[in-house]
Amino acid sequence: MRIKHLAMASLVATTGIAAQAQTEIQWWHAMTAVNNEWVNDLAKQFNESQKEFKVIPTYKGTYDETMTAAVAAFRSGGAPHILQVFEVGTATMMASKGATVPVAKVLSDNGVTFDPKAYIPAVASYYTAPNGQMLSFPFNSSTTVFYYNKDAFKKAGLNPDKAPATWPEVFEAAKKLKASGHSCPMTLAWMGWTQLESFSTWHNVEFATHQNGLGKDGFKARLKINSPTHVRHIENLEKAAKAGEFVYKGRGSLPQASFVSGECAMIQTSSGFYGDVAKNAKFAYGISNLPYYPDVKGAPQNTVIGGGSLWVMAGKKAEEYKGVAKFFEFISQTKVQAASHQRTGYLPVTMASFDLTEKSGFYQKNPGTDTAVNQMIRKVTDNSRGIRLGNYVQIRTIEDEELEQVWAGKKSAKEALDSIVKRGDELLTRFEAANKGK
Amino acid sequence: MEKRVLFRSAWLPWLLLLPQMAIIGVFFFWPAAQAILQSFQMEDAFGLSKEWVGFANFAQLFQDESYLESFYRTAIFSVLVAGVGIAISLALAIFADRIVRFAMVYKTLLIVPYAVAPVIAGVLWVFMFSPSLGVVSYFLERIGYSWNFLMNENQAMALIVMAAVWKQISYNFLFFLAGLQSIPKSLIEAASIDGAGPWRRFLNVQLPLLSPTTFFLLVINIVYAFFDTFGIIDATTHGGPGQSTTILVYKVYLDGFKALDLGGSAAQSVILMFIVIALTVVQFRYVEKKVQY
Repeated sequence: MRIKHLAMASLVATTGIAAQAQTEIQWWHAMTAVNNEWVNDLAKQFNESQKEFKVIPTYKGTYDETMTAAVAAFRSGGAPHILQVFEVGTATMMASKGATVPVAKVLSDNGVTFDPKAYIPAVASYYTAPNGQMLSFPFNSSTTVFYYNKDAFKKAGLNPDKAPATWPEVFEAAKKLKASGHSCPMTLAWMGWTQLESFSTWHNVEFATHQNGLGKDGFKARLKINSPTHVRHIENLEKAAKAGEFVYKGRGSLPQASFVSGECAMIQTSSGFYGDVAKNAKFAYGISNLPYYPDVKGAPQNTVIGGGSLWVMAGKKAEEYKGVAKFFEFISQTKVQAASHQRTGYLPVTMASFDLTEKSGFYQKNPGTDTAVNQMIRKVTDNSRGIRLGNYVQIRTIEDEELEQVWAGKKSAKEALDSIVKRGDELLTRFEAANKGK
Repeated sequence: MEKRVLFRSAWLPWLLLLPQMAIIGVFFFWPAAQAILQSFQMEDAFGLSKEWVGFANFAQLFQDESYLESFYRTAIFSVLVAGVGIAISLALAIFADRIVRFAMVYKTLLIVPYAVAPVIAGVLWVFMFSPSLGVVSYFLERIGYSWNFLMNENQAMALIVMAAVWKQISYNFLFFLAGLQSIPKSLIEAASIDGAGPWRRFLNVQLPLLSPTTFFLLVINIVYAFFDTFGIIDATTHGGPGQSTTILVYKVYLDGFKALDLGGSAAQSVILMFIVIALTVVQFRYVEKKVQY
């Protein structure tokens, strides 16, 4: 009896210690509101599924604030284990070898099987090094889609069940909407992302040299967005802006509010805007593919991704990396992935989770929610794999600044695009210099 | 009679100064030295590779036309913020000085904006003036004035000046009110007996006596416009349209904190530091001569 008691006591003692010794995994992210709850739920489900590790998600502000916080923490030795970084920061993270550990290595070191082929090609290739190694974990990827107001279409005598498929059709629809008294027929959010980046991959034209920075020697990439195709498109938008058929509503996601309110009848923006529209729009709406120019060879190709991925920071203990690997294994289960996709509107990052969502009938019940996926799962080309350039946060600002000059009538489309290339290339030259010899 | 304290030992005054010197050293000189050091380097975001590049960061800035334009823009912005801010708060202080009933309520209300963080102030103004959602823009539209600060550069500048001034009025107001109340009543009464009306009393008696306060506020407001306004700009215009509201400090903030280009950002802040040092020297050497204490 006594021995049994003793054994029990020691068992309690050891499990007590084990509970105390639970390895903590810090996860810094930039998800707010509904998406914040999603992130917390993922961590909670994982923590409840096993006893060894505890994932602690922490909201650190916007994407750029989160990254700045991690940079400061890394410099003082207190970086988190997992860091969510937006797609614009990918080149910076990749250049910071020594600050991060490739996710493929973390997984294989800890015996987690990992198949890059399971992922949607455009998503996987974006986060893959030229040598084929996956560097970060695709987590919340989005892409650009086209939303339109069916009620406004009906009023303007347009077919509400058929979205304009090409740019000429879009401009035609805008004219009719204008004629029917709509003050803002079309607006565009995230100008650089939707009208230059996605526009380039969608039309299979080069955005930057060296496969848009994804290829070998990606540091040497230079911009190519003053091509005749780009100039023609920006000129068309300029004409539409003059005629009041395209109304500029500011940078980033700012223009989205004017679509939800019904003021603007068409918008191009992130697939992640779906939740907002579904909840707040008081009119019938449609979601469809991005428009294209039918005479451009290879169009439509595929769109470019946005959103973020999870990076594993360097300098942690082996035990902690095991926890990170287990957590990634947990969230890459098809069931978990499909649930995340349906909940957030972000892309299902694996093909299996897309299939599962399709089988569940989710896309039938929520028409248009599969647009983003369909635009992404095509075969990618060197021009369409993605865009990964250094100092890209600054280049996006330059894109905004120069395009605003076009809408204000201060610069021609060609002048503005030339200026983006010139100013952007200066930043790319700086990035190359700062990352020489890597 | 001289009221000077004589220290017998040579080290005691230094010892007494030491805490102050230490604080200035740690919080002012060390970061400034760090910025100067960084401005000669180019490094990646995580600080893994540093490279000494000499004046390359500076050379690059001065080749950038848009950077040079932002000097001009910053000058306009700070003159407007300081000028308008001082004028409005002086007027408010004069009214507050004359008020008899509910003076406390009035004063408190005027001081409240100072407690608001710059970013919040920016957001408040965006809500009022946003072309799609704003209350004010709605009424402007109704009286036939087309308001869209996302397209119109002058409107964008006007908006950030308004937001920046609004934020700083409380501070200026407090100093002006204190200044006005410290003017001996006998002087004003004497002027009244001589037949001076309110306007003449203000111009010939109160304003000259307020000149030290005004001068102090001029320096403070210019420094405020130069350094403390990036939050307002980030929340309202993001430096746009084009670069029409990208003043020097906003570019420092954008490049350093958002884009993680530390070398370039450090070079800009060093330039900014020298501009403000130069401005302050000019103000104290030349403007101060016109001040009567």
